[in-house]
Amino acid sequence: MSALAAEAATGLVMSTSEQFLFWIVGAIVVLGASALLFSKRAVLTACSVMVTMVGLAFLYVGLGSPFLGVVQVVVYTGAIMMLFVFVLMLVGVDVSDSFIETIRGQRWIGVIFGLGLLVVLAGAVFRSTFSFAIGTAQADEGNNAGAVASLLFSDFAFTLEITGCLLIIAAMGAVILTLRVRLTKAVAQGEMVAIRLKRGMRLTPPPAPGNYARHNAADAPAIDADGKIIDDSVPSALRMRGQVHTLRGLAQDLLPDQLPPSRRPDIAAPPGEEPAASEAPATAEGEVKP
Amino acid sequence: MTVSAYLVLSAVLFALGATTVMVRRNSIVVFMGIELMLNAANLAFVAFSRMWGNMDGQLAAFFVMVVAAAEVVVGLAIIVSLFRTRRTVSVDDENMLRH
Repeated sequence: MSALAAEAATGLVMSTSEQFLFWIVGAIVVLGASALLFSKRAVLTACSVMVTMVGLAFLYVGLGSPFLGVVQVVVYTGAIMMLFVFVLMLVGVDVSDSFIETIRGQRWIGVIFGLGLLVVLAGAVFRSTFSFAIGTAQADEGNNAGAVASLLFSDFAFTLEITGCLLIIAAMGAVILTLRVRLTKAVAQGEMVAIRLKRGMRLTPPPAPGNYARHNAADAPAIDADGKIIDDSVPSALRMRGQVHTLRGLAQDLLPDQLPPSRRPDIAAPPGEEPAASEAPATAEGEVKP
Repeated sequence: MTVSAYLVLSAVLFALGATTVMVRRNSIVVFMGIELMLNAANLAFVAFSRMWGNMDGQLAAFFVMVVAAAEVVVGLAIIVSLFRTRRTVSVDDENMLRH
């Protein structure tokens, strides 16, 4: 592949296939990048920038640098953009961009500055004459990664070491910046027991959900000796959502079909109320709860 | 069509990233704009490397990528810690240094 890329990446004028690659991938890259300006949702923006990064990797390969193309995919798409998405999920994906302008007309001033920058940069490119393009075929001798490595560990060895230091410092900095300093003392188990005793709270664990070894789902409440539901046995979140099984639903599940109708307790659900446990098959040998 | 087309594409990407930094208020999106500007510079580096038949441009692009990785780690850590204290990622609300 590298030999093919090196062959393609010579000469000042692009070959037809390279022009094809440039226009297609270039359009995708610019479209993906323009999502930064026009997309309202940050996650969509991150995904579009990922497309841009992959497109740039294609362009690097087309320019005769397959090593950088691979590194681009691994570092930018694989690590950096994933980190962006991770942080987006951490700080809340529904954070919307505010449209309050702290400086009047700031948005349009920014757009005008951006256009001016584009004109200046493109003008600089168009005004300068590039009469040659040697291509990296002689420089890397068809082995792009090897040429980069030999330069990296000879001429740029000191830079590489400095960069390693930078990476270590960055990792340490990230750890320290995201470290949460505890402002109050942590409450230990002994103090928790004392607090509970003082407030008259329950000391033992709450009763476990489930009954008669038939249900062990968290939404099936335990039943005490009187046949009443123990509210504490189900998680409070389920209680608040109203997703706890009713006694009627539980008993209907417990009721064997073989029992003669005369002995069946009157537990038929009223119309409209869907018993939650009706999907579970009733077993034949089940004991009927009075 | 000459190789300098890559430089024009690089200029377009750089301008897009710079406009993002100036226009958008979400600090994560602003940060992505900075990344785009770094990538635009990388594209110019690689294009120049091909023009001059010299590997130094590719090495420069490689080091830019490494430094960008370190920068993203620290920058996102700053954004996360700011979000913890201020519950916002908007660049307008982060004015703690001013008061």
